[in-house]
Amino acid sequence: MKVFCQKVGKWLLKLLLHLGMIIISIPMVFVVHPVYSLVRWVSSTFFKKTLPPISLANKNSLFAPMFNKMTGSTTKAQTNRTFIYFLIPALGAFTIFVIVPFFMGVYFSMTNWDGINNASLTFVGFTNYKNVFADSRFIYSFMRTSLYSILNIVIINVVAFFLALLVTQKLKLKNIYRAGFFMPNLIGGLILGYIWKFIFNNAVPAIFSPGSAVTRTLITNPDTAMAALMVVVTWQYAGYIMMIYIAALQNVPLDLIEASKIDGANGVQRLRHITMPLVAQAFTVSLFLTLVTSFKQFDTVLALTNGGPSTLMPEWLSNWFNLPFAPNVKSLNFIAYNIWDTAYNMNKLGQGQAKAIVFFLILLVFSIAQVNYSKKREVEL
Amino acid sequence: MKREHVKLLVLEIFAIVLLLVFFTPMVIVLINAAKTKIEIDNSAIALPINFLQFFTNVQRVVTEPNVKYFSSFTNSLVITTGSLIVIGIASSMAAWVLVRTKTKYSYLIFLFFLSGLVIPFQVVMLPLVRLLDILDRITGIQFADTYHGVILTYLGFGAPLSIFLFHGFIKSIPIDIEEAATIDGCSKPQLFFRIILPILKPIFVTLLVLNGMWIWNDYLLPSLVIGIGGDKQTLPLAVANLVGSFVKAWDLQLTAVVLAAIPVIILFLFAQKHIIKGMTSGAIK
Repeated sequence: MKVFCQKVGKWLLKLLLHLGMIIISIPMVFVVHPVYSLVRWVSSTFFKKTLPPISLANKNSLFAPMFNKMTGSTTKAQTNRTFIYFLIPALGAFTIFVIVPFFMGVYFSMTNWDGINNASLTFVGFTNYKNVFADSRFIYSFMRTSLYSILNIVIINVVAFFLALLVTQKLKLKNIYRAGFFMPNLIGGLILGYIWKFIFNNAVPAIFSPGSAVTRTLITNPDTAMAALMVVVTWQYAGYIMMIYIAALQNVPLDLIEASKIDGANGVQRLRHITMPLVAQAFTVSLFLTLVTSFKQFDTVLALTNGGPSTLMPEWLSNWFNLPFAPNVKSLNFIAYNIWDTAYNMNKLGQGQAKAIVFFLILLVFSIAQVNYSKKREVEL
Repeated sequence: MKREHVKLLVLEIFAIVLLLVFFTPMVIVLINAAKTKIEIDNSAIALPINFLQFFTNVQRVVTEPNVKYFSSFTNSLVITTGSLIVIGIASSMAAWVLVRTKTKYSYLIFLFFLSGLVIPFQVVMLPLVRLLDILDRITGIQFADTYHGVILTYLGFGAPLSIFLFHGFIKSIPIDIEEAATIDGCSKPQLFFRIILPILKPIFVTLLVLNGMWIWNDYLLPSLVIGIGGDKQTLPLAVANLVGSFVKAWDLQLTAVVLAAIPVIILFLFAQKHIIKGMTSGAIK
């Protein structure tokens, strides 16, 4: 116990010392050093008198090594100063705009923040988190997001892989195909949603049922809205994933393919046993990218359907929550949309923030699990 | 040999058909941008009566006070290029010192940056708006709805990925080059800007493309930091603003969509090779 306490004490002292070093070094590097350098420069050019670099005469003083490390003229001091100068812009912006809001968010998720009464927040503990898991709509939203992500991952990767196989054949216009399939990826999520809203609501009825008044289109029908969204997202994203597969496919050595041809392997066998194992790493990357983008889907859903057409929650879910009747939900109410909706349309910012933290944890677990699984598969393939 | 030829021909035709299918939505949008509202309501797939209607539509969109196309375009351009330069320089500098300084600090700081890769924007967005407000009050400098506010925010969110990619790349640069330059009397900053930065060009292009497409098309972050209809609204915000105020006016909406998408597509046609190379190499590393 005593040893343990000593260890912790030592560790804490070290931490304190390091923190102190960091806190002292910032004003030294940003104020003391430039000012003193200016003084030295002025004295040496105008008064022909060279001042020594700052260093404490008393080598035993606590701050001497610190001063010498940060403001001296040795290479070591120069390196230290560069370290701080070069790091500060990125580190500062990252800390202020990402890390600080993140921790603020953890705090806000435990308050009754409503966006109107900003001055006085009441700490409510884990009530918001309890509400998140008791919110049947959020659970519905989580399930829809998961379903959508799984289907989307499969569809995008299959489409992208076949596009990549197609354009790595010896075709005459293959560069044009590559650029063409990639092109939709340049269109941002919001614009994409508006484009396809027009296609689904106006162009598709005009092509398939001209003249008749259409009441329900693919995106206003809750049963087909998700499929329609997948068409849109695949159209946009498959070209990008295709590029990743192309880069991997081009690294497959040709002699392996030739050898398997001589051994009498047919196209499917070659694909399964030669090509796929060799591009396994590209599968890991693509699966990860599609998982994350599907889970975070927001702009397109907002523009295309504003959260999806209204429908009734499936009965088994409402029964599970012991609701007297199935409530109205939006069929494309994905988590990212649900957070935004809770925060800005219902003005429950604290609740929304709790959902966001849950979302973060879900995404973290899913992506770690997926990468681990794919890495394992990579070895097996 | 003959069979092979037939197979390739079939594939070629298949690819062309597929490409046409891929382009259909864009073509439909383009032809409808050249119609009046009545024409669109009559048939969404018929060819327009007068293609010059497109320019009338463009004129209406451009002069629409909700859109302010030219000022929105300038805002998008300033924000995107500004962020790209700031992210590129700041994160390559940070990555370089993190690789070349072998201390506990540099490793810990690198891990600290990496933690940013797993934080989705949704987690940070609500407090961020409030934080900008607080920063306003503390420093007296306005951050919301300004160029520097957006650019600094993008630096914060773009830094983790950029530093991660730069870090990987810089590790592969032999340190001998830097030692030689130091012996020749190069100071540290000179060393970075004269020797290292030019070597980083390939990964720089990758990041320009990745970050550029993200920032140019981003909607959620500017909608919170700038706000729809704000002075510094970007193109996606302008389109959202137009769509919000002219529901069902497809002629205007589609023209605005075309105007918003066209700058990137033109850029893509010119710098295709770099963009494609940049995007793929960035994803694999």
